[in-house]
Amino acid sequence: MDQNQIEAVVQAVLAELKKKDVQAATASAPASAKSGVPAAGAKTNALIIDLPDPTTPEVRNAVGVEHPMDPEGLLNLKSTTPARIGSGRAGPRPRTRSWLLFQADHGVTQDAIYGEVKQEVLDQFGLFTVQTQVADKAEYLLRPDLGRLLTPEAKMLIEQKCVKKPQVQIVVGDGLSAAAINNNLPQIFPVIKQGLEASGISMGTPFFIKFARVGVINDVNTVIGADVVVILIGERPGLGVADALSAYMGWRPGPGKTDAQRDVICMITNNGGLNPLEAGAFVVELIKKILKNQASGVELKLKSSEEITEHPPSDVL
Amino acid sequence: MLLRTKLFGKTYEFGSIKELLAKANEEKSGDRQAGIAAESVTERVAAKFVLAELPLWALYENPAVPYEEDEVTRVIHDQVNMTIYNEIKDWTVGELREWIMKDTTTPQMIRRASNGFTAEMVAAVTKLMSNMDLIYGASKVRVTAHCANTIGLPGTLASRNQPNHPTDSVEGIRATIYEGLSYGSGDSVIGINPVDDSLGSVMRLLDMTYDVIQKWEIPTQNCLLAHVTTQMDAMKRGAPVGMVFQSLAGSQKGNESFGVDVGMLDEAYEMAKKYAWTAGPNYMYFETGQGSELSADAHHGADQLVMEARCYGLAKRYHPFQVNTVVGFIGPEYLYDSVQITRAGLEDHFMGKLYGIPMGVDACYTNHAKATQNDIENLAVLLTSAGCNYFMGVPLGDDVMLSYQCTSFHDAASLRQLLGLRPLPEFEAWMENLGLMKDGKLTEKAGDASFFLQK
Repeated sequence: MDQNQIEAVVQAVLAELKKKDVQAATASAPASAKSGVPAAGAKTNALIIDLPDPTTPEVRNAVGVEHPMDPEGLLNLKSTTPARIGSGRAGPRPRTRSWLLFQADHGVTQDAIYGEVKQEVLDQFGLFTVQTQVADKAEYLLRPDLGRLLTPEAKMLIEQKCVKKPQVQIVVGDGLSAAAINNNLPQIFPVIKQGLEASGISMGTPFFIKFARVGVINDVNTVIGADVVVILIGERPGLGVADALSAYMGWRPGPGKTDAQRDVICMITNNGGLNPLEAGAFVVELIKKILKNQASGVELKLKSSEEITEHPPSDVL
Repeated sequence: MLLRTKLFGKTYEFGSIKELLAKANEEKSGDRQAGIAAESVTERVAAKFVLAELPLWALYENPAVPYEEDEVTRVIHDQVNMTIYNEIKDWTVGELREWIMKDTTTPQMIRRASNGFTAEMVAAVTKLMSNMDLIYGASKVRVTAHCANTIGLPGTLASRNQPNHPTDSVEGIRATIYEGLSYGSGDSVIGINPVDDSLGSVMRLLDMTYDVIQKWEIPTQNCLLAHVTTQMDAMKRGAPVGMVFQSLAGSQKGNESFGVDVGMLDEAYEMAKKYAWTAGPNYMYFETGQGSELSADAHHGADQLVMEARCYGLAKRYHPFQVNTVVGFIGPEYLYDSVQITRAGLEDHFMGKLYGIPMGVDACYTNHAKATQNDIENLAVLLTSAGCNYFMGVPLGDDVMLSYQCTSFHDAASLRQLLGLRPLPEFEAWMENLGLMKDGKLTEKAGDASFFLQK
């Protein structure tokens, strides 16, 4: 087959496909078939689907029950819970819109877990990157223990680049949500940094840890020797809230220290949580308290009269 | 003892029965994490070949945790019927598999044999089963129980109305109960996982759920899935408890991590018989799930299927109304993806039934597991074919308090209509009477929570 023949075949195929498109459009438009006008091509051109965002509260809260016995009452019931009630049904199955919204809410969690922290976000605060002993995302999910240990190369790099024995060491970890870092770090990080400076507290050289679990702060501090280590880390995404960040911190973390010896500020997000600016101020206050009492976690609770927030269950530990 | 086979010319030898059981287990990320899984697929099959020849007495005499060291082992061994055990003790695990499958083996024969089993026998035969074996085997066994209504009858599928709320709002939880009832969910139980485990909070929700049940004369039971000691305190203070709940583990150490022991469970069971407002005689509700022992470092080197079977052995002591595995809740480091979650769901359901437990399943997943709602819907259809007693019912499968996804109110109605099943008989009559259901199908009025604002 020479070039001309090939060209001819391609043209013929394209023409055939075009014809099929037109037929398909006609077949899917029974109304126009009945009336016979206007031309199918023109009808397709005139088709506009331009949807509002279905994830906004107004659309989310819309009632899907077609003929509720008490429409106002149903709205009142719906307003009492974030649960997906009043969504209606198609036979025994969910309505199309609520099923698609569910898939969107799950989709955003998957993109957050399997997404990457953006380099420009890290560059913005001059964070260099080290990695735990985890090789890839699948291993990260399967082996939490490896996510708590740095590689020898990581320890060497930290040794070379970081100020030793600061009062406070801040590290950032991807955890289970890259979106948590991408969306919240630009707001929370400057607040923490300025807050510590204003209080005259020395801060070490911050860096980013890929495939991190919270417990990695024990390993970090074997190199750094800080009084307090803080890790800002992405939590397991909930349906529809994929970018919740937590700040875990401990007094002189080291091998053998557990979650009971740490404090946490959690659910940091602009999507229905603690906003990151405010959260940054809380982090600074908690650091001061830990420094003052020379203790964190359960021990801090015993030493300080005030109540500390209970640890919520977490999958990123 | 020698446990050895050749496969494709290569020799595989296993050092102990515990190791053999672990290596014969289907692929689970938890067993791999624990360092006890087969190192290759062929090694796994080699272990299955050896396991198939193992006599049941060897399993009886080698529990995963020694009798002297572990009260769960003691409970399991002490409740074995020795007459029945002596009839079956020389069977091999492979023979047990075929006996269960045979057309001449009736459901009554399996129910009787279950009183001669230990957990390790139940787990062992499960390891030789294909997925369809698990479905077919379980479908032969119906286990019924009665509390305020009757669960487990052939032709029925129940649904737990699980109306959780992130701040335990009484109004919010009531709204979700109404929604679920309007779809026919709530016949297994109206069961709440509270955020706040305090006595005041638990009593408030017990009162509210009991009021709903009384006002609408619903033939069902209520339950607050708080720690068992909180429920015992609530009963002492006269709170209306329909059923008593606790999570179980397969070893004494595992149960210690839940803050319970056999003595405490015995006491809770006696209190339920004395104080629950329901008719009984089955008053207990347990939840289990593969991997919880490993996560508490309480697995004693045994695989997660063996430990799970031991939970059912412990549950059996209390003649529960319902038991369910929460199969995908624990996360990908124990059950990695939909293949493993599906397998574990079918295994747990089969093991519970084989042991004589009225078994349901919380078919679920977390967002960091490789699974989607489609996988859970698949599992629910498979389990319904297997004769599963009940599933969870949550608005569109999204639990806004526990942050995981499971089966929905819609799914309960769909599975019934798809496979020709009905709600529990008392509950179906109640729905028909209200006009929410007719001839096994939802009516026009159904699926509308505001129906329950009439009273």
